[in-house]
This record gives sequence, C-alpha cells and structure tokens, in this order.
Amino acid sequence: MSAVLQNLVNQPYKHGFVTEIESDIAPKGLNEDIIRLISTKKNEPEWLLSFRLKAYQKWLAMTEPEWQNVHYPKIDFQSISYYSAPKLKQKLASMDEVDPELLRTFEKLGVPMHERAALAGVAVDVIFDSVSVATTYKEKLAEVGIIFCSISEAVQNHPELIQKYLGSVVPVGDNYFAALNSAVFTDGSFCFIPKGVKCPMDLSTYFRINTEGSGQFERTLIIAEEGASVCYLEGCTAPRFDTNQLHAAVVELIALDNADIKYSTVQNWYAGDENGVGGIYNFVTKRGLAKGINSRISWTQVETGSAITWKYPSCILRGDNSVGEFYSVAVTNNYQQADTGTKMIHLGKNTRSTIVSKGISAGHSNSSYRGLVRITPTAEGARNYSQCDSMLIGDQSGAHTFPYIQVHNNSAIVEHEASTSKIGEDQLFYFSQRGIDAEEAVSMIINGFCKDVFQQLPMEFAVEATKLLSFKLEGSVG
Amino acid sequence: MIDKNSRAILSVQGLRASINGTEILKGIDLTVKSGEIHAIMGLNGSGKSTFAKVLAGHSAYEITGGSVQFEGNNLLELPPEERARSGLFLAFQYPIEIPGVANTQFLRLAYNTVQTKRGKEELDPLEFDDFVREKMKLLEMNPDFLDRSVNEGFSGGEKKRNEILQMALLEPTLSILDETDSGLDIDALKTVASGVNQIANKNNAMILVTHYQRLLDYIVPDFVHVMQAGRIVMTGGKELALELETRGYDWVNANKSVTGVIA
Ligand SMILES: Nc1ncnc2c1ncn2[C@@H]1O[C@H](COP(=O)(O)OP(=O)(O)OP(=O)(O)O)[C@@H](O)[C@H]1O
Ligand SMILES: [Mg+2]
Repeated sequence: MSAVLQNLVNQPYKHGFVTEIESDIAPKGLNEDIIRLISTKKNEPEWLLSFRLKAYQKWLAMTEPEWQNVHYPKIDFQSISYYSAPKLKQKLASMDEVDPELLRTFEKLGVPMHERAALAGVAVDVIFDSVSVATTYKEKLAEVGIIFCSISEAVQNHPELIQKYLGSVVPVGDNYFAALNSAVFTDGSFCFIPKGVKCPMDLSTYFRINTEGSGQFERTLIIAEEGASVCYLEGCTAPRFDTNQLHAAVVELIALDNADIKYSTVQNWYAGDENGVGGIYNFVTKRGLAKGINSRISWTQVETGSAITWKYPSCILRGDNSVGEFYSVAVTNNYQQADTGTKMIHLGKNTRSTIVSKGISAGHSNSSYRGLVRITPTAEGARNYSQCDSMLIGDQSGAHTFPYIQVHNNSAIVEHEASTSKIGEDQLFYFSQRGIDAEEAVSMIINGFCKDVFQQLPMEFAVEATKLLSFKLEGSVG
Repeated sequence: MIDKNSRAILSVQGLRASINGTEILKGIDLTVKSGEIHAIMGLNGSGKSTFAKVLAGHSAYEITGGSVQFEGNNLLELPPEERARSGLFLAFQYPIEIPGVANTQFLRLAYNTVQTKRGKEELDPLEFDDFVREKMKLLEMNPDFLDRSVNEGFSGGEKKRNEILQMALLEPTLSILDETDSGLDIDALKTVASGVNQIANKNNAMILVTHYQRLLDYIVPDFVHVMQAGRIVMTGGKELALELETRGYDWVNANKSVTGVIA
C-alpha cells in the first residue's frame, strides 16, 4: 500500500483531551455494596435497587461471551470504577450554572449546551462520564407533552413509566454486558413521546467518557406511544488513554401502534493508537420493540471509533405490518476490531425488514458483519432484504460476513446480497491519471460506497459522518 | 502533421524500468514533437503498456535508468496526478471499474482539477452537464452513461469510448492511447477515430499503441515504431504498419539489425 493511503487513514484523534474537573468517583470494584451505593447516591426507589441486584446475580452466574470475532485480553471487572460524576452544585436552575470547565469541554467537542447557541432545532442531553449534566429545550418539549430528560430524573419524576418499560425489551439477564449494565447503570437519556405527537425537533444525546479507569454504563429508554414519532441522534467521544475503557450501554426502544422511532448514532469513541494501544471497548445492547401494528423502528449507525465494537441494534417486529430497518457503516483502521450487525425477529404478519450494512476496513483492522433474520411461524407474509458490502483498503485488513437466516414460515421472502470490494492501487492510479489525488479519490469511493446509509442520516449528521470518514481514512491510501 | 515550428513535447532517453525485480523496459529512446502522431506496435508482452504506465507514473514500476523530459520538465520526478495535470493523458488498455462513484461526478472532478491547474474557471455541476453532453455527442455516446458508476458494467467498447470522452474533456498535450481500438466494433472505431482526429492539432501529440493497421487507416501516424522485448527496434513511416501486417514480426527479427533504429 502506498504511503498516501497510509497517511490518509492515520490522522490523530482530535477529541483525545481530558477535562480537569473535580469528580466524585466510587472505589474500584464490583459487589453488592457498590450497587447499593450507586442506588443510594441516586436516591432510587426500592424496586430499582432490586432490579439492579437481580441483574447482578444473573451476571455473576454468566460467563463472558467468546463467540464474537474479536480478540482482547480478559476484562478485569474489579479494576473498573462504576461511578464517576463531575461534582456539580446540588440542583441546576439553569444552564448558566453548569461548571464552565464542562461547558468549555463540550464547546470544544462542538456540542452546544446553551440553548441560544444550540444547533437549529436539536434538543441535547449531555452525559459526562456516568451522569447527565444537561438537557436543553426541556420546557419547549414539555409543552407538547414530550418528556426528555436524564433517566435518573425520570426515575424521580416518572417512576411509573420507568417501572413499566425498563427491561421490557432487554431483560436484565439478556446477555453478559446487558446484565452488567442493568446492575450498575448510572445515567442515560429518557424520552417519552405521548400519543399522536410528532416530536417537533430532533432529540440528541451526547456521551463523553472523561475519567481514566471508569466505565460508562448508560441506559437509554425511548417510548413512542400510538401514532407518535421521533428522530433521535446519539454521538460519543472519549479522551485518549493508554488503558482500555469499557462502555457497556443498553438502549431500549418501544414503538406502539403506528409509532415511528428513528435512532441514529455517529460513534467516534477513542479507537486506540496506531499500534492498537488503548481505546474503548464498545459492547452495547440496542434493541427496539415494534410492538404495535404499523409501527417502525429504524437504526442508522456510523461506527468509526472504539478499539472494539461489538453491537447488534435489533428489531423485534411484533406488531402486524411493522417495519424494522438497519443501516450501518462500520469503519475500522489500524488494529480496530468490529463485530456488528443486527437482528430482525419477525413475529407479526406482513412484517418487513431492511438491512444495509457497509463495512470498511483499513490498516490491520478487522470488521465482521453478523446478522440474524428470523421469520417465526406466526410471521405470515414477512419479508426481509439484506445487503452486506465490505470494502478493503490495503492488503492487511479483513472483512467477514456471518449471515444467519432462519425461516419458519413458507410465505416469507428473504433476500440476501453480499459483496466485497477493494480500493486497489489500480483504482487510485486511474484517479491520479486524471489529476485526482489519492485523498480525494478515497473520499469519493468511500462516500459512494456509503451513500445508501448516509442518506438515512439527518443532514448535519450526514455531513459530519462524511467528514469523519475522510478524516478517519486519511493516510490509509497510497 | 509535422510542422517546422514544432517543439519537443516528450523526450525519452535510455529508459529502463522493472517490476518486482524483472526488467521490462530495457532502454527506450523516443522523441515526440507537437503535431505528431506516433504508433507503437509489437508482440504481446513486448512492453507497450508498461511503457505507457511508466510514463503516466504507475507506482508498481521502478525506474532503473534513463530520463524523460515532458514539456521541459523532468517527468520522472512528478507524482502521477501532477503528470496528468500538466497534460499527460493515458487511455487505459483495461479501464478499471469504480463502483459507487457516478461517472459525471468523476469526470467533473477530473476536469475541474485540470482546469484549476491551468488557471482556468471550474464548472459547477449544471455548467459541466451542458459541457460534457456536447462532448458526448461528438463521440455518439448516450448521456445515460453520466449517471452510471465509472466504467461499471460498461461493455469493452463502452469503456474505451469513456476513455476518449475523458481525453476530449481534459484536452491533454500528450495522449497515449493503449489499444483503444481493441474491442471496438467497426462503427465505433470510426466514431472514436474521428473524435481523436478532431482533438489532434498542431499543439498536441499522440502515441497510439495498437496491434492493427486498421486504426491507422483512420488516424494516420507520422511514425510507426516496433517494440520488442522492452526496446524500440524499428521505426518507420506509416507504410511500416502495412508492411508489418503482411510480413509479420518474424520479418522484423530478420531485419532489425540491418534496418537499425532510425528514430
Ligand atoms: N508484476 C509483474 N511481474 C513480472 N512481469 C510482469 C509483471 N507485470 C507485467 N509483467 C510482464 O511485462 C511484460 C510486458 O507487459 P506489457 O503489458 O507491457 O505488454 P504489452 O506490450 O502491452 O502486451 P499486449 O500487447 O498484450 O498488451 C509482459 O511479459 C508481462 O508479463
Ligand atoms: Mg498492452
């Protein structure tokens, strides 16, 4: 591979700084006392503590999964701190009371926390280490009955909703990391769109891990009642540390009759350095329940960061005529590893799902698509279309596809297409012979490759994603 | 179209190049002046495409000797994109497919890059669309090819036409057409040849690599060179191509030492 390609992929990570801020950190290690401490700090009701303890018991009985196509040393769960919160004044009456150091951090990251400075019409919930530090546009959304706040606040102010829905899509013992999250989650976003309401603006959560040696275990819960719709965006970054950090989040989405939830992620956690040292382990469980008839759950993700990404945003299509979508771009470079994909579980009649996955691997990285399409006996007339494309840059990278298709109803139509391509030296030579340099060539090829996914993103996010990809792959070509 | 006032565009001296340690070009000498059309013929594997790609700056080849001046500059020092921007064009023997990149987008970026280098105005997508459609008419190309991915699924002949379209857009000083005639049907050959003839003028030059005399009926060369094992072993006028057609390359072998290298 030529030097141009190399340089293209090897740009420094620009979000790698640490904010000097006083934090309230729990001692390292995991046991029932720590869980009680978290619960007490957050002033939680008794049922939530039992939810956590039950999850903890399940987790203790489980073993860390090894079937995924990623490799990393065993995580020492006793060396992680499970609670780290920036020390804040007791109750913030307004955004102006947020620690200026924190505000500066988010300004540096390009996340607007002042409503007046905010992105046109996007409400933001900001999670710093384990705690939600600010939510913008809360009042405006409340006018139409939308609840958008941190999950801790929701536990205090809307306990009946939390109790009803938390763990209803991802049960506490669902998998190893979901169980861990259920035991120790510290904060996250909560969003409730009542019956018939179309959310007037995009909602967004911005996650930032700041403290070295802390894990981030956030919990997101989004409920769209009958006929409601919402478009939700998630972004994330972390400072650069030589140690690996664990990010084990759980996201649950529930769409009732005719409801529509669109969830987009641009994930840019620190990926480790060019030799594979440091970086985030991103082990996340994301699942949407298309519970009602004609409901729709749509996942779009652009995964560029993390040392290891391991996630399968999924849809359970229970309502008749419900629709599940998964659009994904996963980029790996250097020694990054990604094992990502989706699960589409068809239960209702005439349910439809679409999977479009684009994997790009450069450097010594490896990326795998793993997807399950299950058509159950009740899913009369179900349809799935899957398209999984991989692109290799250079000759040290790998791409793998693991599609699992289980059809238990004869009326189903399932289509799967896959392709692997390579940005070869001869393609780049062709561009250069027409006066186009390697950077522009790669960006053109990659954007063409990812077009089907990018057009699912809201405008600003799509622009951001395009930039991020070029940035990410800068130096990989040549 | 040899002209007394012509200037040297390309001057190759003793050029040697290898790939993976195997020497392919073993000392090539060639001078191309403005207004000239040169044809290079020769057996399969004799090094014609290698010569073209070395001139264009393909990174797989290592230059082991000799020099190349292009428009007064040391060509071998320039990266391939600079060579292209300064007016060197290669129509590939096997144009590569670029899935996902719309032809029109690719053509416009190439055009604007070269225009910028020449200190001229770039065209926005709408202006470019008009401009490129005019050029396509010249080559009797269907505008549908603009929206398709670059060369993807194009037939052999369609790919070749797309190469000539690029040449028409970029208006190079030196165009090297590597077997552009192979894979063209007779009508296409005439269309492409007439396109090439419209582009050729006294300020630019062409090198046509071909196996067939037929192309040279339509694009008449000033010189015909025969390449063999990485060298130009014989040079003549346009009648040399006819002679080769009737006598074959064995005749070259028997006569090259006698005839010597003229150019
Ligand atoms: N990577 C390589 N390693 C070794 N030899 C190579 C390599 N690439 C090309 N060659 C050899 O270089 C020689 C010249 O090839 P080239 O493509 O220049 O021939 P050509 O004259 O264009 O032939 P044709 O008329 O068939 O197009 C051939 O013998 C070819 O096998
Ligand atoms: Mg050839």
